[in-house]
Amino acid sequence: MSDAEQPTDDHVPGAEEEEFEPVQVFPEAEEMDLRPGADNCYKCSTCDTNCPVAEVDDEFPGPKFQGPEQWRLKRQDDHDVDDSVMKCSNCMRCDSACPSEVPLSQMHNTARGEYVEENMDKLSREYIRNRILANYRRLAPLAAAFPRTANFVMGLSVTKWMGEKVLGITSEREFPEFATETFREWWTKRGGAKVENPDKRIAYFHGCYSNYNTPEVAKALVRVYEHLGYEIMVPDQSCSGTPMFANGMLEDARRAAETNVRELAAALEEGADIVASCSSCSMSLRQEYPELFDFEDTETVAANTWDAVEYLRVHEDLEGELEETSVDGEEFAYHAPCHSRNQGLDGQTIELMELIDGIEAHDVGDSCSGISGTYGWKEENYETSMKIGEEMFEHMDDAPAETGLTECPTCSMQMEHGTGYEIKHTLEVLEAALVGTDDADGRREAG
Amino acid sequence: MAIEDDVLVIGGGLAGATAALAAADAAPDARVRLVTYKQSTLRHASGLIDILGYAPGAPEEGPLVDPFDALEDLPQGHPYERVGSEAVREALAFFDETVGDAYAGDHTDANALVPTHGGTVKPTARYPVAAADGLASDDRDALLVGFETLPDFEAPLAAAHLEAAGAPFSARGVTVPFPGIVRDDAKVTRYAHLLDHDESVATGAGETGAREALATTISERLEGESRVGFPAILGDERADAVRADLADALGVDVFEVPMGPPSLPGMRLEDLLYGALEERGVRVTSGVPVIDFETAEADAVAADGGSGDDRIDRVVVDRNGTEVPHRADQYVLATGGLVGKGVRSERERVFEPIFDCHVPHAEDRYDWFVDDAFGDHPFARFGLAPDRDLRPLDARDDPEFANLRAAGAVLGGYDFAAEKSGAGVSLATGYVAGTRAAEEGE
Ligand SMILES: Cc1cc2nc3c(=O)[nH]c(=O)nc-3n(C[C@H](O)[C@H](O)[C@H](O)COP(=O)(O)OP(=O)(O)OC[C@H]3O[C@@H](n4cnc5c(N)ncnc54)[C@H](O)[C@@H]3O)c2cc1C
Ligand code: SF4
Ligand code: SF4
Repeated sequence: MSDAEQPTDDHVPGAEEEEFEPVQVFPEAEEMDLRPGADNCYKCSTCDTNCPVAEVDDEFPGPKFQGPEQWRLKRQDDHDVDDSVMKCSNCMRCDSACPSEVPLSQMHNTARGEYVEENMDKLSREYIRNRILANYRRLAPLAAAFPRTANFVMGLSVTKWMGEKVLGITSEREFPEFATETFREWWTKRGGAKVENPDKRIAYFHGCYSNYNTPEVAKALVRVYEHLGYEIMVPDQSCSGTPMFANGMLEDARRAAETNVRELAAALEEGADIVASCSSCSMSLRQEYPELFDFEDTETVAANTWDAVEYLRVHEDLEGELEETSVDGEEFAYHAPCHSRNQGLDGQTIELMELIDGIEAHDVGDSCSGISGTYGWKEENYETSMKIGEEMFEHMDDAPAETGLTECPTCSMQMEHGTGYEIKHTLEVLEAALVGTDDADGRREAG
Repeated sequence: MAIEDDVLVIGGGLAGATAALAAADAAPDARVRLVTYKQSTLRHASGLIDILGYAPGAPEEGPLVDPFDALEDLPQGHPYERVGSEAVREALAFFDETVGDAYAGDHTDANALVPTHGGTVKPTARYPVAAADGLASDDRDALLVGFETLPDFEAPLAAAHLEAAGAPFSARGVTVPFPGIVRDDAKVTRYAHLLDHDESVATGAGETGAREALATTISERLEGESRVGFPAILGDERADAVRADLADALGVDVFEVPMGPPSLPGMRLEDLLYGALEERGVRVTSGVPVIDFETAEADAVAADGGSGDDRIDRVVVDRNGTEVPHRADQYVLATGGLVGKGVRSERERVFEPIFDCHVPHAEDRYDWFVDDAFGDHPFARFGLAPDRDLRPLDARDDPEFANLRAAGAVLGGYDFAAEKSGAGVSLATGYVAGTRAAEEGE
């Protein structure tokens, strides 16, 4: 039995006889029909018990309503999409909860798209704010061109006050700092790939955050992969689309996805596999693209995209390599992001850290961090976001560690915000173990 | 390369979790991994551990007093008959050790009688300590409390049912608002979170913590009863503290009545089991299904099963579209029944979707049912038929694969809903399959 051509949500053995149509959301938004999925729902409410928003917010009706019930309602009469769909954080936990293969997050994404398209005033403060947040990548190059100024201006209390009053962006949070040199700048300056290898080649989807804000994560990936003999390509790319799905900006997401699919498919042609260091980016390429779009190579790109660490575990003897390594003792409080959990990657970091002599990583449990990308940046969600995160903060405090560890850039913002800890990415620890930090310093000096 | 382990358990319900724990216990140096797709039926189940509540095929004889007595008389092919009653006892002892003082009932072989949300009384072997003060064999009078926003528990009705069923005490039910909740379809997790975090809520007397507000609401309605029963929503992570606080404030014992799905006691049990898995170093991969397998001869993908000597070399896990091979020496299949999707049916056939193991069933689908809707339906017993080592058998009664065992609801030959044996069968077969897999792998 081969399920290779099966789209992801129903990718379960025995389900192949059920028809599955990829849904093209735009331009024919009114034609989407997720009723067959809605009919699979037998109202067991398992999804509701997994929703971190419903757990803390009495006003949120939960995934079962947002998904199957709303789709059913919409079919019966001329119902508008309920505005509560904007309170969903797109953590996608409900997706992996449903025992009946109801494509919940696909329903939420399309409903949000329809809501924004049809019910949201394009001149409203909320729409403009959401559009700015969703398209953070468009602002980032500007800020990155003048990082010091940007960091300074973003940090000013008057800017924050303006952000909250004028745009509805919470003043409680620190804007992420922009790096003085983006990853791509660094990559170009060093002359691109240092290793050539037609047999071992990857195309790196770095996403926005590790390009503009945490290039050290992207550099760690480069050093780990080159250490293991890989040739690295860094194709042109756009935002993964995650913040756009979450804000119902499906048109923006489609444009970004089109670029990514085209560029990444070209890299596949050259014999590369695609790897991503951010769990929401890999989730987006693997699951949301095939659910929402049908560009020519969407499926091929999805099927050949990997999490950067997962890829090495399957293609290299990463565990064997790590068993011989040691670093100066360090303890971490590890949080598995929802979007890693959904990809079956929740145990991976802990498993690997156990192998490195001198490292202790303590799993802080399965609660959601609560920030969910742009969600926790909105003034009206800030409190909910922090309530959801409370459990994680408490578990981090309880863990015998003062440094956090995670693979998601926004989770790491929330971890830092809630505990004051410094947060690292798994790849940075692998870099320290496999390549060494002395070298890393040398590299930093050399630029 | 593939991801490599010694024992790979497929499915993370009660059967799979028990199998993985038992394997880690039997071979402490072995690398044990559990791969599971969606969440298990534990989240729906009451959290009660039933061994055998009613004799198979003879429900009219009423609830069994001693389930172990009845184990000896089970028909051939019943999973308990396959593993033997000694293994059932061992598995239960293993469960007791794993969950520690979170469960009660191990002081006796006899079934306990636990009141349920419908006001019926259920025979069960182990029950969460949260339910301990509610047993129907206890003769103290009880007040049952329901909430206006929680229609699944009609306290006055449940109390009336209990009395009508001949409970040896008087039961009274009241329905009250839940402080801090206005939504009429608030999630059970919302109630639990309010109490866990003792969030402050608005009451007539100003803002107070949710626990205190709830206790105040109830104390006005107590009429000398010495125990109060709530629907099972009293906290999740801190359920013990919530119950203790309420009992303190009310000056009486407090218990939970198990609820229908979704069920917090089921979720708490799931947390306990996954905590134990982490403690024993079992590697857990969740959210992704196993979709395919390869036998030892790399190019011979035996989709049709094969002879008993075939060995499974690796299985394929689908990670949101990417296919990731996982290899182990021994495999345990614990993917659940028709509800858990470990067994699937189409119009013409019933099948096990990963390995296509043989599922005995009548050719004609009209023979899958009987005319009486509440009758003894063959489909309720659909599932794999294993040998005594729990290896699924093919149509010729040979093991499908030398290194594959099966446990839990994926097995056939029993009707868990009618005989009330769901959790017990999962425990016993999970324990045996996991232990044997680890021993054979060594
Ligand atoms: C509503 C309800 C109430 C119940 N109440 C009780 C009760 O009060 N007392 C009692 O004793 N029993 C009760 N039961 C029965 C009991 O819960 C089950 O019999 C038992 O727990 C089954 O466990 P299991 O591990 O075999 O299967 P499941 O719990 O069904 O678990 C199977 C797991 O395998 C996973 N899986 C399936 N396919 C794949 C795949 N291809 N790859 C990876 N993973 C896969 C599923 O996602 C699931 O997590 C109840 C059951 C239900 C449905
Ligand atoms: S995606 Fe997350 S927040 Fe949204 S409904 Fe699902 S579980 Fe709730
Ligand atoms: S988990 Fe699935 S079947 Fe259950 S209520 Fe939610 S959508 Fe419906």
